[in-house]
Amino acid sequence: MAGYVGKRLLLLVPTLLGVSVLTFLLIHLIPGDLVTILLGITASQNEQTRQALIHALHLDQPLIVQYVLWLGDVLRGDLGHSLVTGFSVRDELVRSYPVTLQLALMAMFIALAVGIPLGVLAATRAGRALDASTRVFSLLFISAPAFFIGTVVIIAGARYAPWLPTLGHVPFTENPIRSVLGLLPASASLGLAISAIVARFTRSSMLDVLGQDFVRTARAKGVADRVVVFKHALRNALIPVVAMAGTQFVYLIGGAVIIEEVFALPGMGRLVVNAIYQRDYTTIQGAVLLLTSGAVLVNLALDLLYHVIDRRILYA
Amino acid sequence: MSNQPDARRGGLPRALRSGSLLAGGLLVAGLLVAALAAPWLAPHAPTTIFPGAEITPPGPRFLLGTDEVGRDILSRVLYGARVSLGVAIPSVALAVLAGTTLGVGLGYWGGAPDLLAMRLFDVLFAFPPILLAIALVAALGPSTFNLVLTIAVLTLPQFAVLARSATLALKPQEFVQAARALGASHPRILGAHVLPNLTPTLAVQASLSLSIVILVEAALSFLGLGTQPPAPSWGSMLSRGRQYMTIAPWLVLAPGLAIMLAVLGFNLLGDAQRDLLDPRRAAAGRRTP
Repeated sequence: MAGYVGKRLLLLVPTLLGVSVLTFLLIHLIPGDLVTILLGITASQNEQTRQALIHALHLDQPLIVQYVLWLGDVLRGDLGHSLVTGFSVRDELVRSYPVTLQLALMAMFIALAVGIPLGVLAATRAGRALDASTRVFSLLFISAPAFFIGTVVIIAGARYAPWLPTLGHVPFTENPIRSVLGLLPASASLGLAISAIVARFTRSSMLDVLGQDFVRTARAKGVADRVVVFKHALRNALIPVVAMAGTQFVYLIGGAVIIEEVFALPGMGRLVVNAIYQRDYTTIQGAVLLLTSGAVLVNLALDLLYHVIDRRILYA
Repeated sequence: MSNQPDARRGGLPRALRSGSLLAGGLLVAGLLVAALAAPWLAPHAPTTIFPGAEITPPGPRFLLGTDEVGRDILSRVLYGARVSLGVAIPSVALAVLAGTTLGVGLGYWGGAPDLLAMRLFDVLFAFPPILLAIALVAALGPSTFNLVLTIAVLTLPQFAVLARSATLALKPQEFVQAARALGASHPRILGAHVLPNLTPTLAVQASLSLSIVILVEAALSFLGLGTQPPAPSWGSMLSRGRQYMTIAPWLVLAPGLAIMLAVLGFNLLGDAQRDLLDPRRAAAGRRTP
């Protein structure tokens, strides 16, 4: 076990390094003279400003040196300054990241809380009307973009429940209950799409386990059906669901960025979208780096959890 | 093998699965017809403005109503199929061609390039796809060409990994070894023996990728980074309609449902293809953007 954890942690290093290289190169994909584009036509006329930016981004150095210097800054927690506002990118990220993380985690919770019971119901009634309607529900929600579900939620709320207060976002540390309530519509819109995938996965995983010998033995010796389903089958069926949830987290982070735009939440999504409109490339770079490394770490954590739950897996 | 009844699955889902081929086929066919025949099907041009008819509710004159500047929404939704498929089909075609060539080559010859490419793909898979797409389009500048290129680059690794692992599995098999012993050239082995065996798997992945790519294009256009106005992209129609959504919900419902039906069509088609290929495999977790 310890060997496996060590191996996974060691593999983390090349992955994160690769992520940092690609993120670093992003800024060099911009066609044209980098300094002029970064500063805008007017500001780039000023030689002093030009030199300041060239110095700040080490643009006078070879690419590999630029990367090493940039990585050194990043590892010290310095992500540079916004090209538009001049504020520290790190401070902006520290302000926005908790919103996105909370949104993604709540969405994941909703996805599991809705998807697992639906999948279990569908599996225990395989072939009947409930199974079929779960399948239709899954297909519809897999196909609907989260930003459309979110928009419909807002329209429906305004039309059928106009008395609902429009909850602005409150930081979790300030008032946890209001914070969770405020993010509920956005995280539900995001989570329902994933819950459809969780439901289908749980269903097939449950069917696999329900067909195994130990379940038949339990049934043969007269264990109640409810106990067989929940104690014997569900526990084993949930293991692959945990692993699957880890792979979905990357998509949840991406979805959170877009859903924030729909619900006007002050998270990473708004930061990135505004940065793009203002061509604020250092902010984009920092945001991409943080969101991706965060997703890699969560994925790793869930993978390790999966191995803790399932001791049968060989640590090759 | 394929006709063996599966005791765990009753009659209804099985009927639904064959129904999914029909439903998926119909939806995709409808989408293709809308894209190809938009000029003849649409009552108006997508950019024609009817002054004084702004935000008209659905009715006999405008079947799906009009938008905030007085354009016919039905016509815009029909032409929107053109925009959506105009990005999705070339980008997936590019990804299939480049990804398969790369994957087959890596699997067949292996060695250092294979190791390097697999590490690179691992890194690419670490990025949330939509975030990488946003960042790439932001760096390159929003245009249809850049959009196709970006989406193709993001979709390519899936085909490369799939083709690589299938090639690795085929390579040691007797018919491939026999062809080699008979002195067949490498291109002949790959073209005549490896590629035909990959086609069904790649076809399933292509259907599923099309559904994902339509979602990505819609999401990017929704953020204003995809297809630029006044082209009738579903994503940007939905985004602009949000300003009026509480008084005129048809502005967002029409393009939103169009995206959903298009994605649903390719999803159903992909599922049906997969069931035809491997009837015993239960439909399991899928990646979404």
